[in-house]
Amino acid sequence: MALSTADVARLAELARIDLSPHDLERLAPQLDVILDAVASVSEVAGADVPPTSHALPLTNVFRADLVRPSLPAEAVLGGAPAVEDERFRVPRILGEEQ
Amino acid sequence: MDELMDYDDAMAAYDPVLGMEVHVELNTASKMFCGCDNSPGGEPNTKTCPVCLGLPGSLPVVNGKAVESAIRIGLALNCQVAPWCRFARKNYFYPDMTKNFQTSQYDEPICFDGHLNLEVDGRTYRIEIERVHMEEDAGKLTHAGSTGRIHGAEYSLVDYNRAGTPLMEIVTKPIRGLGEHAPAVGRAYMAHLRELMRALDVSDARMEAGNMRCDANVSLMPKGSDELGTRTETKNVNSLRSVEGALRYEIQRQGAILAGGGRVHQETRHWHEEGWTSPGRSKEEAEDYRYFPEPDLVPVAPSRAWVEELRATLPEPPAQRRARLQEAWGFTDLEMRDVVGNEGSLDLIAATVAAGATPAAARKWWLGELSRRANEAGVDLSGLGVTPAQVADVQALVDAGTVNDKLARQVFDGVLAGEGSPAEVVEGRGLAVVSDDGALGAAVDAAIAANPDVAQKIRDGKVQAAGALIGQVMKAMRGKADAARVRAILLEKLA
Repeated sequence: MALSTADVARLAELARIDLSPHDLERLAPQLDVILDAVASVSEVAGADVPPTSHALPLTNVFRADLVRPSLPAEAVLGGAPAVEDERFRVPRILGEEQ
Repeated sequence: MDELMDYDDAMAAYDPVLGMEVHVELNTASKMFCGCDNSPGGEPNTKTCPVCLGLPGSLPVVNGKAVESAIRIGLALNCQVAPWCRFARKNYFYPDMTKNFQTSQYDEPICFDGHLNLEVDGRTYRIEIERVHMEEDAGKLTHAGSTGRIHGAEYSLVDYNRAGTPLMEIVTKPIRGLGEHAPAVGRAYMAHLRELMRALDVSDARMEAGNMRCDANVSLMPKGSDELGTRTETKNVNSLRSVEGALRYEIQRQGAILAGGGRVHQETRHWHEEGWTSPGRSKEEAEDYRYFPEPDLVPVAPSRAWVEELRATLPEPPAQRRARLQEAWGFTDLEMRDVVGNEGSLDLIAATVAAGATPAAARKWWLGELSRRANEAGVDLSGLGVTPAQVADVQALVDAGTVNDKLARQVFDGVLAGEGSPAEVVEGRGLAVVSDDGALGAAVDAAIAANPDVAQKIRDGKVQAAGALIGQVMKAMRGKADAARVRAILLEKLA
C-alpha cells in the first residue's frame, strides 16, 4: 500500500505528535509494514464477511432517561492545571474553532 | 470588507444551491450517554460526571429517550429508519471536548432519505432530507480577552455542562431551483423545523438559546450549467433573520468573486450579526476526522414494531394544523397568510385563544401592536417578553370596558417594564377609563363651553363635528375616557 512520509506527517499533525523529518523517514516504512500485515486479514475474510466493530453480540443497550447526581464542581475542577470563574482555563487555540 | 455583487445581478447570472445542516439539542431530562442533568443553565461545571468529562475507565450508555426522539424526528421528516446502525468517533483536538473525539454517527445515520414540503409565498418547495443522525453537544468556550471572539483572545474558559447534551443533526440534500427565493426558503426551512421540533416536543427549539443552530451551505452555479460550484459553510447562524441574511450575503460575495474570474474557497465562514461573514478555518476533509465505529457502544437496531409504535405518536403535521386552526378561527386566507408569515404568531395566537381571548382579538394584538414592538426591539415575537395569558388578560380588560385600546398599549408598556400583571399595571398606573357619567358630563360641559361655535353646529345637526369635541374631552381626561360614552353624553346634551 505504500504509505508516504507526507501521509505520516499529516497523521502526526492531526494527532498532535511532533515528528522530525528523520522520524518520518524512519516511521513511514515501518507503519507500511504494519498496515500490510493487518491487511492480510482481507485475504481470508471475503466481501461477505462484515468487519467486526464489537465483540459483544448485543444491540439496543439503553439507559432510562433519568437524572443522576453529577460530580461536585470542586472535584471536577480540582485536577485542572488552571481554573478561572469555575471554568477550566485553557490556552487559546487559533484556526481550529469547531 | 468583501466585494458584493448586486443581488439581482447575481440572480441573473447564477443559480444558488443550498444545503442546510441543522443541529437540534434534545430536551431529554438527562444527557446522551450519562445521567447528568440536561436542563439548560446552572453554575459552570456542576452538571458533569466521569462519562461526559471523558475520564479514563468511564463507559457511556445510550439514553433510550434520545433514540426515540431521533426516530420520531426522522419519521416526521418522512425518513427511512435504519434497521441497524452504529455510533462513530469523530476525532479532533479542541478543548470543547475532553475526550478528543465527539461521539457521533458517520456513514450509518439512524434516519435517512426523507423529505418535507415547504410553502413559501404561495409556492411549494420539496426539500430532500439526506440524513438525521445522533451525536452529543460540546462544552461551551468563553474566549477571554479584548474582543470575546477567538481572535484577540489570550485564553479560553471552558464549561462542560453542555458537553454530552443529545444533539440531532439534520442534513438536507443539495436544494436546487430556488432562484432568487433561496434565502427566503432557507429561512422558511428553519422556521418549519422549529415548528416541527416543538410539535414533537423533542426540543425547546429556541434559536436564541442555541437549542437549534444552523450551518448554511451555499454555492453558485452559472445559469445553464449543471455542475455544482464550490460551497461555503456559514456557521453561527442563530436566528431566522440571520439565516436569510447569511445566505443572501454569501450569494452576493460569491457572485462578485465568480464574476471577477476568481474561485470560491471551500471554507467555513462565520456570520456576524451586523450582517456579514468572515472566513474561518479551511474545511477539514472527512478523513481528517478519522472516523471509526465507537467500540464502547453497541449498535442500535430499532425493531419495526417499535418504529411503528413511535409513528403512532407523531403529532398533527404543521400544515394540517394550520388548516384546522384557520377553520376554527374563521380567518380568511389573507389573514391566515399574515399569521403564518409572522413567525411564531400561530402558536402565540393559539395559546392566547386557549387563555380565553377571541381569535380576532388575539390576532389583532400579536400581528399589530406586539409585532410592531418586536420589530422595534429587533427580537422574534416570542422573545418580546409578553405571554399569551397576559394578552388574553389585556383583552379581557378591554372587553370589560376597564381600558380602551389606546390605554391597553400603555398596559403593555407596564407589563414589558416588569410592573406586574395587566391588572396590576392598570392599578399601578391609574389607567382605568372613566365611565362615571358625572365626571364625563363635567368634562363635556367644559368642552362645549370652550367651543360654542362647534357646539352650535352640532345642535344644527352637523353630527360629524362631534369628533372635535370628543377629542377635546379625551385630551382633558388624558385618554382615560370611554369614547363611545363621551359621544353619547355629548349628543344628548346638544340634542
